[in-house]
Amino acid sequence: MRHLLRSPAGLAGTTLVTIMVILAIIGPPIWGAEAERINPSAILQGVSDAHPLGTDNLGRDILARVMVAGRLSLLLALLTTLIGAVIGTVLGALPSVLPRRGARVVTGTVNALVAFPGLLLAMFTAVVAGLGAKGAVLGIGVAIAPGFARLTQTLAASVAGADYVSAARMLGVPRMRVMTRHVLPNIAEPLILNLTQALGSALLALAGMSFLGLGVQPPSFDWGRLLFEGFSRIYDTPAVALGPAVAVALAGIGFNLLGDALARAAARTTTPAKAAPVPAARQEIEEPDPEAVLEVRDLTVTFPGGVTPVRGLSLTVAPGEIVGLVGESGSGKSLTSSAIGGLVPYPGKVTTGRLRLCGVDLAELPEQERRKLLGTSLAMVFQDPMASLNPALRVGGQLAEVATVHQGASREKAWERAVDRLDHVHIPEPERRARQHPHELSGGMRQRVVIAMGLMGTPRLIIADEPTTALDVTVQRQILRLLRQVTAETGAATLFISHDIAVVGELCDRVVVMYAGRVVEELPVDQLVTGAAHPYTRALVASLPDMDTDRSLPLASIPGRQPAPAEVGAGCAFAPRCALASDRCAELPPLIPYGKAHSVACWEAQ
Amino acid sequence: MAGIPRLQGRRLLAGGVSLARARSAFLLRHLIRFVISLAVLLVASFAMIHLIPGDPVRASLGQAAPIELVEARRAALGLDQPILTQLATYVRNVLSGDFGTSFLSGEPVGDVIATRLPNTLTLALLATVVALLIAVPLGMWAGVRTENGRNRGTEATFTSATGTAIAVPEFLYAIVLVAAFAIGLGWFPPAGKGGPESYVLPILSLAIAPAAMIARISRVETLRELGSDYVRLARAKRLPAPRLYIRHVLPNTLTATLTIGGLLLTGLIAGSVLVEYVFAWPGLGLRIVESITQKDYPVAQGVILVYGAIVLVVNLLVDVLLGVLDPTSAVKET
Repeated sequence: MRHLLRSPAGLAGTTLVTIMVILAIIGPPIWGAEAERINPSAILQGVSDAHPLGTDNLGRDILARVMVAGRLSLLLALLTTLIGAVIGTVLGALPSVLPRRGARVVTGTVNALVAFPGLLLAMFTAVVAGLGAKGAVLGIGVAIAPGFARLTQTLAASVAGADYVSAARMLGVPRMRVMTRHVLPNIAEPLILNLTQALGSALLALAGMSFLGLGVQPPSFDWGRLLFEGFSRIYDTPAVALGPAVAVALAGIGFNLLGDALARAAARTTTPAKAAPVPAARQEIEEPDPEAVLEVRDLTVTFPGGVTPVRGLSLTVAPGEIVGLVGESGSGKSLTSSAIGGLVPYPGKVTTGRLRLCGVDLAELPEQERRKLLGTSLAMVFQDPMASLNPALRVGGQLAEVATVHQGASREKAWERAVDRLDHVHIPEPERRARQHPHELSGGMRQRVVIAMGLMGTPRLIIADEPTTALDVTVQRQILRLLRQVTAETGAATLFISHDIAVVGELCDRVVVMYAGRVVEELPVDQLVTGAAHPYTRALVASLPDMDTDRSLPLASIPGRQPAPAEVGAGCAFAPRCALASDRCAELPPLIPYGKAHSVACWEAQ
Repeated sequence: MAGIPRLQGRRLLAGGVSLARARSAFLLRHLIRFVISLAVLLVASFAMIHLIPGDPVRASLGQAAPIELVEARRAALGLDQPILTQLATYVRNVLSGDFGTSFLSGEPVGDVIATRLPNTLTLALLATVVALLIAVPLGMWAGVRTENGRNRGTEATFTSATGTAIAVPEFLYAIVLVAAFAIGLGWFPPAGKGGPESYVLPILSLAIAPAAMIARISRVETLRELGSDYVRLARAKRLPAPRLYIRHVLPNTLTATLTIGGLLLTGLIAGSVLVEYVFAWPGLGLRIVESITQKDYPVAQGVILVYGAIVLVVNLLVDVLLGVLDPTSAVKET
């Protein structure tokens, strides 16, 4: 309830609906007599102090009539909604109770009716039942039923698979009883929420029918009828029509906003507790390395609430080198790659001591040149090739635009290059494939297309973020081979991100191990099995007995779990899981040289 | 059974024949559904007159009408025939374009529909176009601005403004617009169909609420697409913003937006009844209101039949268009 009142829309909706309900209760007793008092001397008057909205053809005060009409408008809307909700819920529940063929007929009918405008149905019943509130209420009630039926069906289907429903079925509870005892009570809440909005639309539809002269007939009057009577006089005294119009509009807006806010409050998820920010470790920054393709110093990614998934990370990649970045999910390796590519989503904040790509400091580059450098020299390959190509555009066009945007190539030249690049990554019939849409290609082929896209420019660095995780094992091998081939041919470096230390061991020259947002060890791949110094790296290697065990369960043998980004303390993050941990591990171990091309961040490294 | 979809999937990847076959099966399924619905509609409109309690002819002519006139009218309408014969005659007549004659004016209902329908359709179509033109850019702009929960103020304003706009029905917009711009300021004619300026207010009244609805859908769709991997990759390619949003994001948001737009068009056809009434627009809507209040049943029957058929045609077109725009949806649907 408090959530409801906190948002301005929820507050406005609640207030309006409350006013409408109060008006419906107190309106007739207070203004009833005045609304009915016929005054032959005050016929068809305009706006005056005595009659703020004027008078009608019998001299009755229109403001008083608007105040009184609220009750009938609301009651009819309520009745209509109840009719719709009862018919709809029964229709929606039927398919779960009926035999299969019957269920299909009901579902088909509901689907056909949902798209049918309510007003047409209401007119149909108005013809059949005759003019008056009865025809309108029945017609609109029937018209809103299919919406309820559809909602009930969807909701019922969502709980039908629940354990308690299956259990009841297994126990031989009749289907009807399963429906009334187990299914309906569990979907009641969203159905009731939907009532608020249905009430609003019923009120508006009834007003529309009365406005056309097809609904409430005199001597009864609702807002729509007052609008009907006032509309003929709109040229002389617009207030006569605008008064009831405002009442209808406010009621409609009130119910709609309240319904919206209720639905939102019901869907609300709890906000995560905030943790205190942890300062990232500062390191002395040495002179830049002009040879390096990528040089990152002290990279930190923070999210609001003190969540720091990447903490003071440093990394250097030399040309032609394949560097593996390994870690469990949540270690910050993917965010590291996003940060290098400048793709960290809002509200994440990236700070770096230094970020150099191809010997150029990205922070010092003007925007236009930075875009061009990142667009042509950095190629990115993501995990899911099904998702990383635009489903609406032809494959060739997605490749070609790199050349037209960044290299000023003509459309023909760009297309030719795209076909050539597709051929280069061993896609058969590249001309035909270029004209196809992504859904016509297999997963492995799409990942080749993504790699080819990176080859449209002159890539110096390829960042491949779990590029084989979503693929079959045989296709995985082909993609790895292709990455190795591309790296060798172009002389570009590859930053290969994976949770799979076996794949990294096969493909890479050097391995960087991340844990809880920090680099814990960096070492040449040939030392991985025998020479790893950090207890975490050793545990990773040990968790991998040999090549034919099930690799879908990495790191299974390390007890405990990696701390979440918000939980990382000041000391070594691995200490709670570490057999060698000592008192000293409460202090953060720096990443220091350990051997040739080997550094480690551990007090106990040996 | 379980192996078949997989096999089809494989063959689809190869492109060619089976994709075409899946597409024609999809079209056929929708056509069959359409024909069944049309038949149901035809029977319903026939049944309408027979469901009226008492004698529709007596109800229409009044209690004082001489018995000979009532009998003659009954015979002229074929109401003295067995019910199935009547149904057969009705279906045959409708299919040959004969919708009966108006009780009041004596003109053929077919002529009424032929002269009035174009006015209604023009209004509804123009309103849809205007709604889409306003809503899609607005929704995309709001989506880009509120990506990942930034600019909470914009989001709150957008949500409550569209929520309010959706909640106000078209006839209230019509009344307020007439009072303000036709009567108050005198910029546009208050009623009737004339030059281009007479279209402005009716179209606006019809378009505002659907535009707000479509803008909401468009924003949600934009947000969803912005979070997708292909946008991440397109951003990694450092495409300029207009290219990214218009070429990459827009086409992918259109599927859902057009579905809703199409479904709103059917609602718009119904809404046009009220708007036509406010603006005395010479369309079908104005005529059906007159025919119901005056108990001119053949006209009411014919117009409701036409409205229903339009709704069915629009729904069919939306489904087929979706199948063409988004080939995967046509293949996926079972």
